[in-house]
Amino acid sequence: MTHRNDRSLRVGALSRVEGEGAMHVRVRNGEVADVQLEIYEPPRFFEALLRGRSYLEPPDITARICGICPVAYQMSACQAIEDACEVSVDERIQALRRLLYCGEWIESHVLHIYLLHAPDFLGYQSAIEMAADHRDLVERGLALKKLGNDIMEVIGGRAIHPINVKVGGFFRAPAPAELRPLGERLLQARDAAIETVQWVAGFDFPDFHHDHEMLAMTTPGRYPIESGSLISTGGLAFPASAFEDHVVEEQVPHSTALHAHLVNRDHYLVGPAARYTLNSASLSPMAREVAHDAGLGEQERNPFRGIIVRAVEVVYAIDEALRLIDGYQPPAPAAIEVPPHAGVGYGITEAPRGVLYHRYELDAAGLVTSAKIVPPTSQNQASIEHDLTEFVSTRLSLPDDQLQWECEQAIRNYDPCISCSAHFLDFTVERS
Amino acid sequence: MTRPDGPAVVIIGVGNTYRHDDDAGPAAVRILRRRALPNVTLAITDGEPTRLLELWSGADLAVVIDAVHNDPARPGRLHRVDVDRPVVAPRQRSSSHGLGLGEAVELALALDRMPRRLVLLAVEGAAFSVGQGLTAAVSRSLNRVVELVVDEVARYTPAPG
Repeated sequence: MTHRNDRSLRVGALSRVEGEGAMHVRVRNGEVADVQLEIYEPPRFFEALLRGRSYLEPPDITARICGICPVAYQMSACQAIEDACEVSVDERIQALRRLLYCGEWIESHVLHIYLLHAPDFLGYQSAIEMAADHRDLVERGLALKKLGNDIMEVIGGRAIHPINVKVGGFFRAPAPAELRPLGERLLQARDAAIETVQWVAGFDFPDFHHDHEMLAMTTPGRYPIESGSLISTGGLAFPASAFEDHVVEEQVPHSTALHAHLVNRDHYLVGPAARYTLNSASLSPMAREVAHDAGLGEQERNPFRGIIVRAVEVVYAIDEALRLIDGYQPPAPAAIEVPPHAGVGYGITEAPRGVLYHRYELDAAGLVTSAKIVPPTSQNQASIEHDLTEFVSTRLSLPDDQLQWECEQAIRNYDPCISCSAHFLDFTVERS
Repeated sequence: MTRPDGPAVVIIGVGNTYRHDDDAGPAAVRILRRRALPNVTLAITDGEPTRLLELWSGADLAVVIDAVHNDPARPGRLHRVDVDRPVVAPRQRSSSHGLGLGEAVELALALDRMPRRLVLLAVEGAAFSVGQGLTAAVSRSLNRVVELVVDEVARYTPAPG
């Protein structure tokens, strides 16, 4: 069974990733012939749905692409539409957007760390099994996640698909007194976040490294979240408006998701490790110190250690939320006027899983004539396949069920939000 | 176990409005909003377990309305389940789309965060592909779903006087 030269492994359902997809590994003559992630892609549906809609609608419509990162979709959409309409929001609105986004980073990262990824390292099939033995740990995670939820609720009106966000700013700016209780809770939560970093840093990580080019945003003086331009470990530097000059998407037969590549280069990686590698100097002093103590260097190229990077980003998001609440001045008005304007606009923000690109073309009446959305997971898909090929190659002696389990773990390293970029993950290994 | 500040009764519609019949739960809650039931918290969520836990923690009665896929399906058929144990066998868990009510119940049991009483109203759906709008059979079943919810709440809440 374990010494066959040809085999095929199909993972019928990949668990603990956001959404569903399919993975197929083909082994021929004892070597990995092919690894395919097969995914279906709701964003294409949304792109079609958006055509003919008012320019004011994309933030609310695209927020529905993902229940885990709706703020990312809202922020990239607002930025792109404001760009098309040639307006810029003021610093106060920008700060409130960043604070809302911190809530989403906390919620999304904590969900992944505690409920989806940590069980892999501790030998549990699920967070439920883990909760039976480590109730205090799971409770700590749930409390941290709830804080992220509550930030989104206070600023966004509700935690899932916030309703307070609009093109130009917010329908209503919270009063400082509404944010103050969050500040007090954030201070307490920071200790729990630091303990989380220390906890995950003690996990046992496989020795595995990639050499992908990494792409992330950069923001002068700050760790990138809701604004900035793009840079890469290969020396690229470009604004959102040049995204499609540098990134091409190709159809692949096995997936309805498009595979992204850098023009004249290769596959690449976005996400926490890319952000960290390109921006670790911009973390808050405390997050930097915690990262250092956890053993993170200037770069992080072991995807299994991505869980540490996420935990450090939770510390940063808490620190940043504290800073923003401390200096909070309600934007007045809560939103600027954004008259419709014919043109093309571009938006990029750092979703929890990486760069999220939106482009909208508007006519003079403000109707959307075309829309393009490139979520992080479809950008990472080719790199994930590449890593899996390497990963499987060194583990061919494993029986199918063990190999499947380890492949699922390897995929979870990337926290793929397949509900953003796909549906249904079946997994097959074919050793024919 | 009940939190003093917790909602006594919470009605939770689970689903995705952009997946046809998966919207059955949220659609029922939208109708219930027009009924203005006193002292009842209405919520719509995507079924992510920790959100369900947060919504029903401390509740005396939680009613969850969710669309289900059955094979063979009788679209619009309703199932009422009193939930006091895991509702999904662990090995059937497949993905985080599957990470939903079953896992929420298991997690809540592990953490002592079940509502005092949890009722599931499941609506058999026919179409779960990407797109908006319920199929006719599911749409027709919603009035019955709403009446069942009102009955559950009435049974739980003693009439005044």
